[in-house]
Amino acid sequence: MTATEGTRAAVRRADVCAVAVAECFRGDGELLANPIGTIPMIGGRLARASFEPDLAMTDGEAALIANDEASPDPDARVVEHFNPYRHMFDWVWSGRRHIMMGATQVDRYGNQNIAAIGDYGRPRVQLLGYRGAPGNTINDVTSYWVPRHGPKVVCERVDTVCGIGYDRAAALPGDAGRFHEVRRVVTDLCVLDFETSDHRMRLRSVHPGVTVEEVVAATGFDLVVPDAVPTSRRPTDEELQLLRTVIDPDDRRSEEVPER
Amino acid sequence: MTAMRDKRTTEAEAVATLASGMTIGIGGWGARRKPMSVVRELLRSDVDDLTVVSWGGPDVGMLCAAGKVRRLVYAFVSLDSIPLEPHFRSARQSGAIEDEPWDEGLFLLGLQAAAWRVPFLPSRAGLGSDLFRDNPRLRTVTSPYDDAEELVAAPALTLDAAFVHVNRADQAGNAAYLGPDPYFDDLFLQAAPTGRRFVSVERVVPTEDLAKEAPLQALFISRLMVDGVIEAPGGAHPTSCAGDYERDEAFQRRYAASAASPEAWEAFRREWLDLPEAEYQAARARQAPA
Repeated sequence: MTATEGTRAAVRRADVCAVAVAECFRGDGELLANPIGTIPMIGGRLARASFEPDLAMTDGEAALIANDEASPDPDARVVEHFNPYRHMFDWVWSGRRHIMMGATQVDRYGNQNIAAIGDYGRPRVQLLGYRGAPGNTINDVTSYWVPRHGPKVVCERVDTVCGIGYDRAAALPGDAGRFHEVRRVVTDLCVLDFETSDHRMRLRSVHPGVTVEEVVAATGFDLVVPDAVPTSRRPTDEELQLLRTVIDPDDRRSEEVPER
Repeated sequence: MTAMRDKRTTEAEAVATLASGMTIGIGGWGARRKPMSVVRELLRSDVDDLTVVSWGGPDVGMLCAAGKVRRLVYAFVSLDSIPLEPHFRSARQSGAIEDEPWDEGLFLLGLQAAAWRVPFLPSRAGLGSDLFRDNPRLRTVTSPYDDAEELVAAPALTLDAAFVHVNRADQAGNAAYLGPDPYFDDLFLQAAPTGRRFVSVERVVPTEDLAKEAPLQALFISRLMVDGVIEAPGGAHPTSCAGDYERDEAFQRRYAASAASPEAWEAFRREWLDLPEAEYQAARARQAPA
């Protein structure tokens, strides 16, 4: 632990999740970071305000904005670019975006479902639809955010493959899957990645206060668990300060991931 | 200035150009800038068996609840502040509609292909996904060039009619949006045949005022894309029409709650949909907080 890391007592799960999301964007440089959801937006802004200052980010609507705040007042937005919906596909299809989406189901190879639960023809639960997940995953780096890690979410088999995983990408002819990369899955319990020889999901780190056994029990398949599993990085004092005073002063992050 | 053709018409006349079984495109996005006064007119009409092409919001939900939809062509349906559209969900979960799922990017290409009169446009979007299981209309195409790459051929989403709602238009059909995003409204209009391309607007203004009310870049709909102009103040309600009004969240919650049971839907329909547009607008204005 370095001298600048926050003390254990002061660090909450929501803060650790925000930092874990930020870490997904490390190394991305000048590219559209497009995290969707409360903690993803906060984590993305944290990356940009600290170690990835060249990231470009949206206001969630039709502009790229340079603010550090995750949800600035409309009048306080610092607009750097007109980014209407149709323009998003220019970023997606040219490989200049890293999206973090939600996942109602995600499996061991990173296949993701947001369309429907159960048989697709007559679903038990209809969700949003495929949205842009097929095009996102075949073209760009994708990460996922799972606010409630459980065996039905991080599951053996997704009912509908919207975002494609490593097995689907590898099965494509030739090098059709060459732009595919599922980088991380950040959950309220841990960080998962696919850095194994066959791209099966691996436990990368557990959040402070979470055991490996808890993660294994909350996962619907056999996770690759290294002999030594690190603890997810705690926020530094500087990061905590940024989160509390600039990026998310209203603490919306702890509404999504409350302390338990 | 040589006078341009006056294309002003009404929701009823526009809907009278439709026949059951047609494919109609509805502009806007989710619960934003939807041509809801036209949707309400459709609900009151005897047109049904429709194939609806939409970035789905309450337009899709209401048409599903009223039994007007045979087939839905979409990438998502959402009410934005209420992420999942309850009437659409009911229709899917009860098997009431045929479902044709698309990827959002392919959807853009399908509209663009129809507008350009080509059978498809290529993309990587969809490769490896279950779209090929769930949407049998999708096929792949092999590049004729040396790479010989296999790509998705997004088929043209050719429409029989298109309806969009924007902020301002002149009587000839030149139109502008005042909010942040044009969405894909110009493509919907261009994907439909001459005769059934309709734009409803908050206010009809003289042509010379268009560029005063909106920046030049926002004048994205040309009269060459439009056959009918419907003046419909409040026409997007309860969805937002940024620049003129925000979404009516309280009304949308009542609408969403009407999916609780067939009785709740019938009550909502009697109160809000089985009445002429002018009465609807008067009633919802009375509901609005002062």
